[in-house]
Amino acid sequence: MRLPPTLTRRQIFWGKALAWLLCLAPLARLVLLGLNGGLGANPIEFITRSTGTWALVGLLATLSFTPLRRLTGLTWLIRFRRLFGLFSFFYACLHFTTYIWLDQFFDLAGMASDIVKRPFITIGLSAFVMLIPLAATSSQRMMKKLGRNWRRPHSLTYLTASLGVAHYWWLVKKDITQPLVYACVLAILLAMRLPACKPRKHRA
Amino acid sequence: MRILKPSDIPATEITPREVYLKRRQFLAGMAALAAAPALSAPAPPAHGARLAGIQASRFSTSEAKTPFDAVTTYNNFYEFGTGKSDPAENAHTLKTRPWAVAVEGAVKRARVYDIDELLKLAPLEERIYRLRCVEGWSMVIPWVGFPLAALIRHVEPTGNAKFVEFVTLHDPRQMPLQRSSVLDWPYVEGLRIDEANHPLTLLAVGLYGEVLPKQNGAPLRLVVPWKYGFKSAKSIVKIHFVEKAPLTTWMKAAPNEYGFYSNVNPQVDHPRWSQAKERRIGEFFKRETLMFNGYADQVARLYRGMDLRTYF
Repeated sequence: MRLPPTLTRRQIFWGKALAWLLCLAPLARLVLLGLNGGLGANPIEFITRSTGTWALVGLLATLSFTPLRRLTGLTWLIRFRRLFGLFSFFYACLHFTTYIWLDQFFDLAGMASDIVKRPFITIGLSAFVMLIPLAATSSQRMMKKLGRNWRRPHSLTYLTASLGVAHYWWLVKKDITQPLVYACVLAILLAMRLPACKPRKHRA
Repeated sequence: MRILKPSDIPATEITPREVYLKRRQFLAGMAALAAAPALSAPAPPAHGARLAGIQASRFSTSEAKTPFDAVTTYNNFYEFGTGKSDPAENAHTLKTRPWAVAVEGAVKRARVYDIDELLKLAPLEERIYRLRCVEGWSMVIPWVGFPLAALIRHVEPTGNAKFVEFVTLHDPRQMPLQRSSVLDWPYVEGLRIDEANHPLTLLAVGLYGEVLPKQNGAPLRLVVPWKYGFKSAKSIVKIHFVEKAPLTTWMKAAPNEYGFYSNVNPQVDHPRWSQAKERRIGEFFKRETLMFNGYADQVARLYRGMDLRTYF
């Protein structure tokens, strides 16, 4: 399938509608599984894992828009980036809520000791906290307001994604296959941003 | 190319309107079908043959039992995969007959037992035990088996038998994940001889009155209820009496995280997570983890004078 070099407003609208459906599918799956008793013997663990996974997938998807645009030359791709970034934040919120509500049931002392003593919780929480200013400054209005300065806080995305992968890596007991996959994808996405990999702007 | 006029198409060839409209129904049906296995509960696990002549035990807890389905679909048995549902899906490749268990080492009567011989070694008892996984979840399981002490009596350990080593089957054709290096195969676990002889220590051959499902460690597994679950080796082929503490699989994998004793202890955290609480499978709220998983009255004396932080 060949994608057009430019999109009409209508195409953008339908493209976004499709992206919304795509991004809501993991949540719909959880709800349907929950209604059908398909979350397994430990539903809270299932929900925690699933929401965490999709937050991370969303973050990596968000980071892939810039390299994809460069590879394909399709500038309109970037118009879908914010949607994926915000959905990643949405799943991170669900993940965080699952932890404090379903997993810990607002046990403040337990959570405080987790944050201090468990590096994987500490970095997971840091990653989540860093996503908040990114989501807050994602609107068109904030982009205009911050102008050139908008990019600076948003490079935090790289750090957040790295912390997210480390968070996943650190919590698995032994089999690191899955976190390794995410680490590799992240490494490729970050490597594509290195100056050596970027196309030169001014060519004779 | 011949161009057909509408009248050239025989009436019989025209798809009736009802059938034509059913196309949508068909498509919707296909979509639902495609989504169904992913969005509904998996098929309930199969039941095994009933075991006869099971006696009740005074060591059983009266707590609510974890449902059979949860006990047989939520497992850690890395030989069949590292996901919780992997063992239930993959363990069908395990062949539990014929099955031989070599009992050897520092014993007067070393020998190889056939599994059917072991089943008749001592009266089968139902022992409803709490099981606490090192990962922070727990179950209540009605095991069927006999005390390990009964087997130990048969083989007459010598004075050199200070520890007992348990070895799981090593056969990548039956246990596909043994082709990966996620752990150092075969799986090895161990107990001190007094722990092995403790009346709570069980050799299990069944659960819920049935032959042990493969994903739960068929045909013969250890159950040490006051220790984290991984201490209870599954699908055992060798029981070896030794003088020195065996180097267990998890000690090799992460020596700072898993010690030889691995007694359930809410005060000694795993380096990466707390052990103070646990989620009983099927319950919403976490509950406090009990010292020695609630078996302190029976087993605390085994560890008198030991610093349980050092000997974790």
